[in-house]
Amino acid sequence: MPIRKPIATVGAYVGDQIEGLGRFSVFTAQMFRWLATDATRWRLLRPQLYAVGVRSLPVIVITGAFVGMVLAAQSYYQFEAIGRASWSGAVINVSVVKELGPVLAGIMLAGMVGGSLAAELGTMKVTEQIDALRAMGADPIRHLVVPRFIATFLMIPFLTIYCDFVGIVGGYLVAWSYGVDTHEYWMHSADVIENWDIFSGVLKSTFFGAAIALISCYKGFGSRQGAYGVGMAALEAFVSSFVAILVLDFFIVLLLNGVYDLIWGRVGVFL
Amino acid sequence: MSVAQGDIARRTAAEEPIIRLVNVWKEFAGNEVFRDLVLEFRRAATTVVLGPSGVGKSVMLKLILGLLKPDRGRIFVDGTDTTDLSERDLMPIRTRFGMVFQGAALFDFLPVRENVAFALREHKRLREDEVERIVREKLAMVDLAGTENLWPEELSGGMKKRVGLARAIAMDPEVILYDEPTTGLDPVTADTINEMILKCQRELETTSIVVTHDMASAYKVGDRLVMLHEGRIIADGTPHQIRTSADVRVQRFVRGDAMLSTGPTNG
Repeated sequence: MPIRKPIATVGAYVGDQIEGLGRFSVFTAQMFRWLATDATRWRLLRPQLYAVGVRSLPVIVITGAFVGMVLAAQSYYQFEAIGRASWSGAVINVSVVKELGPVLAGIMLAGMVGGSLAAELGTMKVTEQIDALRAMGADPIRHLVVPRFIATFLMIPFLTIYCDFVGIVGGYLVAWSYGVDTHEYWMHSADVIENWDIFSGVLKSTFFGAAIALISCYKGFGSRQGAYGVGMAALEAFVSSFVAILVLDFFIVLLLNGVYDLIWGRVGVFL
Repeated sequence: MSVAQGDIARRTAAEEPIIRLVNVWKEFAGNEVFRDLVLEFRRAATTVVLGPSGVGKSVMLKLILGLLKPDRGRIFVDGTDTTDLSERDLMPIRTRFGMVFQGAALFDFLPVRENVAFALREHKRLREDEVERIVREKLAMVDLAGTENLWPEELSGGMKKRVGLARAIAMDPEVILYDEPTTGLDPVTADTINEMILKCQRELETTSIVVTHDMASAYKVGDRLVMLHEGRIIADGTPHQIRTSADVRVQRFVRGDAMLSTGPTNG
């Protein structure tokens, strides 16, 4: 029957996806079990903090600066047209701290840290280093995944704050170059941005960091043999982390809006 | 228990194989690697497992360590059935083993010192000077004294294998598994590795299992040679018995003669 083949193909695909989700869940559960029961050693964590935090900083700073500058360049003319150029500060800065800072920092880290984690662990798998760890009675998740997870989870809020900061400064410099009044620019920004906006942006980033670390380590551990296999693991780590960030962002925004409503009785101005 | 009975019990325990693979089946994506494999390894002996590439020699080592699970059959380590043990339960058993990987599998994020010290730091609470002493001692055993601060990428292929050996013996294991220890090395370096294996065997009195397709190495280090072919054992004996085997498949392999099709001549 000609209909059977496509049904079988779809069935096999769905089965593979469910199986993959199951494996990822077990991997995540094992990671959290080690996280809860075992103190990660500083000698394992320190290089990861450096790799994720310090080495990512230049790219994050460049990303943040250009996001702020582009937003300023785009929004200035819209507000200028209605004679409210100094209001652009509110839009630029709210956009940066609530959405663009955390999301773009997350996406950059998905590319940099996620790709690098998957490639590193994938190479360790194909060169039997992960088997060597197991052969010596050491758990690879404890030794390789937990420190990378902690480092990414801890560093991403700081990187997001850096991204926000340079985005705000970059936006201001462009607005200033267009002749926007400095006092009014900052006054309108301060009127609109609440501590909650900054907090929610940074909080979101921790979820992005957790997703990037888990997905990328999982993809690295599942890498197939050879250069192509490692390359595919890095690519899949980035793409999956990227999609996870967008999906998580949406649901976390809904959740945070609900929390905001519950506490203050209204949703934020722009979201 | 009388003294005589005690002697018998001790002798029996000593003669009990340290590792047993019982009716083991294993396949990968429809490719059958082992079909009802039965194999035992005696204590304090060096058993060399021979066979062409892809016959499953490395898979066998990974089955012994529990890095892979058999599809069917049981694996016993010192009388304990390890087949269904979890990763956590396998950890203490694995500390009784040392494994030298085919590509050395040194941790490229750690220098030589930390590679050798890894299992010590993981499983033993030793003072730093004690760890340092053991690392120096093991590196000296493989003629690599003074390389503690080098990184894996700074080592040649032969040096990597020797660091891998130093790492494998750091915990003074009861069993050392060697996965193709001489593959990819020039003849002189390969022979150096063989000497290291013999030296470890002499000085540590361990059980050694060497998988290889290097006959020179097999004859030099092996007390017993086992040949795998299409998932089963087709020859098992002393180096002399294997060298003089009447089985044409064994002769093809040990002589490295693909065209050999008639019965062998002895010697």
